[in-house]
Amino acid sequence: MTKPSASRGRRVPNGVRRAPYGFLLPAVVLFALFFALPIGYALWLSLHRIDVRGLGLGKGARQEVWAGLSNYTAALTDAELGHGALRVLGYGVIVVPVMLGLALLFALLLDTERVRARSFSRLAIFLPYAIPGVVAALLWGFLYLPDVSPFHYLLDRAGLPQPDLMDGGLLFGSLANIAVWGGTGFNMIVIYTALRSIPAEVYEAARLDGATPVQIALRIKIPMVAPSLVLTFFFSVIATLQVFSEPTTLKPLTNGISTTWSPLMKVYNDAFVAGNVYAASATAVVLALATFALSFALLRFADSRAKNRGTS
Amino acid sequence: MSTTSPAAVGRRTAPAAGTAPGTAQGPPRRFALLPTAALLLGAVYCLLPVAWVLVASTKSGSELFSTFTFLPGTGLADNLADLNAYREGIYWRWMANSGLYAGLGAVLSTAVSAVSGYALAVYRFRGREAVFNVLLAGVLMPPVILAVPQYLLMAEADLTDSRLSVLLPLILSPYGVYLGRIYAQAAVPGELVEAARMDGAGEWRIFLRIGVPLMSPGLVTIFLFQFTAIWNNFLLPYIMLSDDGKFPVTVGLFTLLAQGSTTPALYTLVITGALLAIVPLVALFLVIQRFWSLDLLSGAVKS
Repeated sequence: MTKPSASRGRRVPNGVRRAPYGFLLPAVVLFALFFALPIGYALWLSLHRIDVRGLGLGKGARQEVWAGLSNYTAALTDAELGHGALRVLGYGVIVVPVMLGLALLFALLLDTERVRARSFSRLAIFLPYAIPGVVAALLWGFLYLPDVSPFHYLLDRAGLPQPDLMDGGLLFGSLANIAVWGGTGFNMIVIYTALRSIPAEVYEAARLDGATPVQIALRIKIPMVAPSLVLTFFFSVIATLQVFSEPTTLKPLTNGISTTWSPLMKVYNDAFVAGNVYAASATAVVLALATFALSFALLRFADSRAKNRGTS
Repeated sequence: MSTTSPAAVGRRTAPAAGTAPGTAQGPPRRFALLPTAALLLGAVYCLLPVAWVLVASTKSGSELFSTFTFLPGTGLADNLADLNAYREGIYWRWMANSGLYAGLGAVLSTAVSAVSGYALAVYRFRGREAVFNVLLAGVLMPPVILAVPQYLLMAEADLTDSRLSVLLPLILSPYGVYLGRIYAQAAVPGELVEAARMDGAGEWRIFLRIGVPLMSPGLVTIFLFQFTAIWNNFLLPYIMLSDDGKFPVTVGLFTLLAQGSTTPALYTLVITGALLAIVPLVALFLVIQRFWSLDLLSGAVKS
């Protein structure tokens, strides 16, 4: 893509050559200050610890000393962190498939001919996107609370036992439900946008062959929107691993959620409650690396799938 | 699930000239029943908590725990008065803070996204893809992982517990830059930029006079996306702020709920506050969807 005017041997003026660097300056400065510098600082912190001499009083009694990888070995052998990682994985295994399955289903339904209430449903399902996670957790938390919950009321009237929605195994379902409720709409919009960009001619032949809408959806539409499914999957996994505000909000309503329920809650707790920023930084770096590794693995996997399809 | 009868589809041939439309194709179906029902079911599920908070905010403290969930109560006016009186109306300060952080943050964020996206789309220069990829990698950084060192760095600069500590880290949005680039690529033709250069316009002037107007639908989208993201943000203010006069509404409600577990009287305040907290954003989306398409949020560009 060379510009025709530039190919006639005219020099690009200096102003034009320098402009993009000037335009990008704010983004680069902000990136350096609020992304690169904190990451570097976290790495530095994770390799240090506080050395307390004597009673830890007076000048020089508390010193930052090189700790090598000791914070990392502590983080990796921490049983509670492992439990937290397992809990979040279990939660993610529920959230991601259910949320994306529903998002895809609703997007396909919106794309069906002769559907009524299309714009109303689309807006209603999207609405939770505009509601803060804290408020969503608060609303659902009240709906789970035995004294207030309509589910408990109905079960009680029916004379059935009432399960505790915020403890044990059901807690995972209750937390997952908040994430599914909040995230389905946005993903539905992404997939629906991709569906609408498919030209109608693609379906014509299938229609003439007598394919049902369900067959068209399964054999034509879903393969056509595969890229947007990969994208939504990728972002959903990352967002799910970062769950923080929902369990933090529900904590006052139940004894089922500890301060270290998810790995990120543990990072917060280590740093701001226990006051050990060195251990917290090491845990944070481990989690960041795990997120990166998973992201790349997912992208490579999606890439290889796409290549295989292209050569077949 | 569809209710089409295969027979009706199988005979879908072009009607011969002279036949009235709709005669050769069996009875025309009015609408698809099952898909519509399934969509409405999804809508009900998504509106359920909103309906609940509308009802619950009308209940007095005693009604909340004694009457059926979806039975309206008699306490809405009292609840609003209580919320208004709670610590000299601190709730409204929280709302104003949220508005300030989200409004100002989204304006700055949109400006940075626009100028960066425009530069990455319109110019060809060394390091362009590298810069774009590095900025995009910011999406992968979990906010909590950034938050601990960000807090400590802010403490070094003596900025913790200040409004700036909540504003500054959110101005650069990787997704905003990504959207900005997509919209600029789609909306700003190279020939137009070239022609303006021929007329002797400077690069900055071309961006302001040609780029920004052409990108404006996309910029509205970036603004909305960032406004929502900052309004809904909890973690950063939760970590940075200790003075509750500076809290946004998310952190304010959270602290109310945490106290409520020991004093259930606060529950009605929390519920009424939660209702009022979702009104502005929901109203914004309802109003704006008349002249703005949701599809733009996913980077869709009208060709």
